[in-house]
Amino acid sequence: MNDAMSFGIHRLWKDIFVDRLAPSKPCKILDVAGGTGDIAFRIAKYLRNSDGGGITVCDINQAMLDVGRKRASELGFSGMEWLQGNAECLSSIADNTYDSYTIAFGIRNVTHIDKALKEAYRVLKPGGQFMCLEFSQVQNENLRWLYDQYSFQAIPVMGQLIAGQWKAYQYLVESIRQFPNQEEFAGMIERAGFAFVRHENLTFGVVAIHCGHKL
Amino acid sequence: MLKLINGRNWYAACTFRRGIVISSEKFCLKAEASSEEDSSGADNPYFADFQKFHIEASPAQKLVLSIGSAITTLLNPGRPDALGVFGETSGHSALQKMHEKMMASSDGQLILTDKPRINSSTVDLNWLKKLPPNTLGRTYIKFLEENNVTPDSRTPVQFVDDIELAFVMQRYREIHDLVHTVLGMPTNMLGEVAVKWVEGIQTGLPMCVSGAIFGPLRLKPKQRQRYLNSYLPWALSTAANAEFVLNIYFEKRWEQPMGELLKELKIEPFVET
Repeated sequence: MNDAMSFGIHRLWKDIFVDRLAPSKPCKILDVAGGTGDIAFRIAKYLRNSDGGGITVCDINQAMLDVGRKRASELGFSGMEWLQGNAECLSSIADNTYDSYTIAFGIRNVTHIDKALKEAYRVLKPGGQFMCLEFSQVQNENLRWLYDQYSFQAIPVMGQLIAGQWKAYQYLVESIRQFPNQEEFAGMIERAGFAFVRHENLTFGVVAIHCGHKL
Repeated sequence: MLKLINGRNWYAACTFRRGIVISSEKFCLKAEASSEEDSSGADNPYFADFQKFHIEASPAQKLVLSIGSAITTLLNPGRPDALGVFGETSGHSALQKMHEKMMASSDGQLILTDKPRINSSTVDLNWLKKLPPNTLGRTYIKFLEENNVTPDSRTPVQFVDDIELAFVMQRYREIHDLVHTVLGMPTNMLGEVAVKWVEGIQTGLPMCVSGAIFGPLRLKPKQRQRYLNSYLPWALSTAANAEFVLNIYFEKRWEQPMGELLKELKIEPFVET
């Protein structure tokens, strides 16, 4: 469905995201809401000669983690850790543990985004980097109209035909509009304590990469 | 009826009449209020079900859905939801004619007023099991057991906007196993195609007609012989002579002996030649 809805572009978004992260060994990276491993595998590939060591994938959904773990063993990433947990309360993770915290297309589904941001701040080491890839607002008015039409007219229909689920995909496009825009989200990240908060739009603002640092 | 277009919320007419409307402005691109009296009877339990499952889709969306779901059904028979979507999005004029046929019959009118449902909570399957053999109820249970089907597998109607027509579609789905029972047709390919012919001719639903036409393409040569020699001619004459299946109030006939029922419905039992 992701390929159908984004015409495969979601793969490029994730590639660019990891490129911006620019991980280097040695590192400890926590990828949150990354169940099936899309970001984690890209990070491991970026690191070259990596068996996935130093990368922990955390997700609230055990079934997604199981899928990810299976894919990881097929790809040879035996060193990856798979942790079930809630982004709002990462109770099994100590303070100041990770060099980087990534969350791609996950923070939108968190009920209390501020709690998730605070937890991200807590588990990062000083000097650590927070990176978020998420749907955002299209800035250009004309493009936004086109994007809205596509979202509300086409996506639920595709959801029904391909997955048999109109309402789930209608919820998806509505939740995108409910999520704070680029500036508002940047403000939330700052309020959680991060410094040097900046964002970059991809595809005219359909998605945005937000980045911040723990000092 | 107050409805939000491009929002995802329907509000019952009764709620609107009481003056309670909750609207989330972000999702409401257009709202229209109508002062028409809601004739569907907000007290009928079907009303709540209809509200729960109904999805607002524009004519353009319905067109794409009907073409897409037709393709999905042909390519992937393991997607029963696609067949349902095809039936709903292509069946509007057939549903109107079916509704007219029901209004022209006294039992049909009663079914439209009562809006009875067939699933394991509305039908007492244990009671039916205890009925004398050769009654409709006992034969129906036998059919369910022999073919390993349950009355609970019928998907709810989503894309029919008119509640009366949506019920006609829902009823058509829920009586399908009973139609099998009174026609004496099993759920193998031959039996299903025969039932589709009867349903297709009587209802005019494109989904039934295309099932009846394309189904036999999957038959093996020996089956095709049986189909052409026995099943097809019988199905065609049954469709023409028998009572309209949607006008049969099955729930009032559980204890009726099959022989008497078939005579009343003008259904000739199938005999393979």
